[in-house]
Amino acid sequence: MISANIDYLNFSPTNATLGGLLIGIAVSLFFFTTNRNAGVSGILSDLILSKSARIQNFLFILGLVLAPLVYTAIMADPVKYVITPSFSLIVLGGFLVGFGTKLSNGCTSGHGVCGISRFSIRSILATCIFLASGILTVTLMDWFVDA
Amino acid sequence: MRNLALVFISGSIFGLGLVISEMTNPEKVRSFLRVFGNWDPSLLFVMFSAIVVSAPMFWILEKGRPKKQLGLAINSNQKFLDGQLMMGAGLFGIGWGLVGFCPGPAVSSLSFGQVTSVIFMVAMIGGFTISDYLKSSR
Repeated sequence: MISANIDYLNFSPTNATLGGLLIGIAVSLFFFTTNRNAGVSGILSDLILSKSARIQNFLFILGLVLAPLVYTAIMADPVKYVITPSFSLIVLGGFLVGFGTKLSNGCTSGHGVCGISRFSIRSILATCIFLASGILTVTLMDWFVDA
Repeated sequence: MRNLALVFISGSIFGLGLVISEMTNPEKVRSFLRVFGNWDPSLLFVMFSAIVVSAPMFWILEKGRPKKQLGLAINSNQKFLDGQLMMGAGLFGIGWGLVGFCPGPAVSSLSFGQVTSVIFMVAMIGGFTISDYLKSSR
């Protein structure tokens, strides 16, 4: 049965806002430095498939992995990580995320943060579509598991 | 050299933001997409606060730059609405909902040393490669 209610137990607006502000600072700094959008799907796929700006792309991805590594080492509380145990679901999901973001030239960071910040109609459209299809996917999965 | 250092710093700040906001936890992201169930709206705050910073910053930075430098991938010479954009975003959303990872958090989660992150990354890179091949062969 479809019913809307807020999961207050896990709702974390303070950390979410703090994290978001950091992401905003990060994409601004990246744009200031490189004149490029800090979209992770683009940077990562360029690092693998293209020869341009290799060192830049590599260093960005390196920072993306190293900073959480340092953070988790310093923090007393373990960082939460809960993912489906299904190998095939992870492979299918990973493939669709890679295929789809490459096809639409952007992901949550490229379209959702950078694109919307630049008032790109294409990015606003892409963001609406991937949010809608993500919501639909989770809703259908819950529905089938409950049924 | 200075620019490369700034790029590394920006990747690091980005990764810190992802882990602090808990976007690196796939179940947290799926709870955000569970709008019609037990909904955790936290990630709305992530996106909104990021844009609150970057929208004015981009505007200031773009104003100070000559127009021809703005050849950015997302807006460049592309049709207003096109099938690739919509199809790609739709497929991405399905994968996002199935597992709870988008590209940034998937990369950052490698720091947790979990094999599931590695499997997701390999599959995602496979998706990049095949999509790129199909786009270039059209």
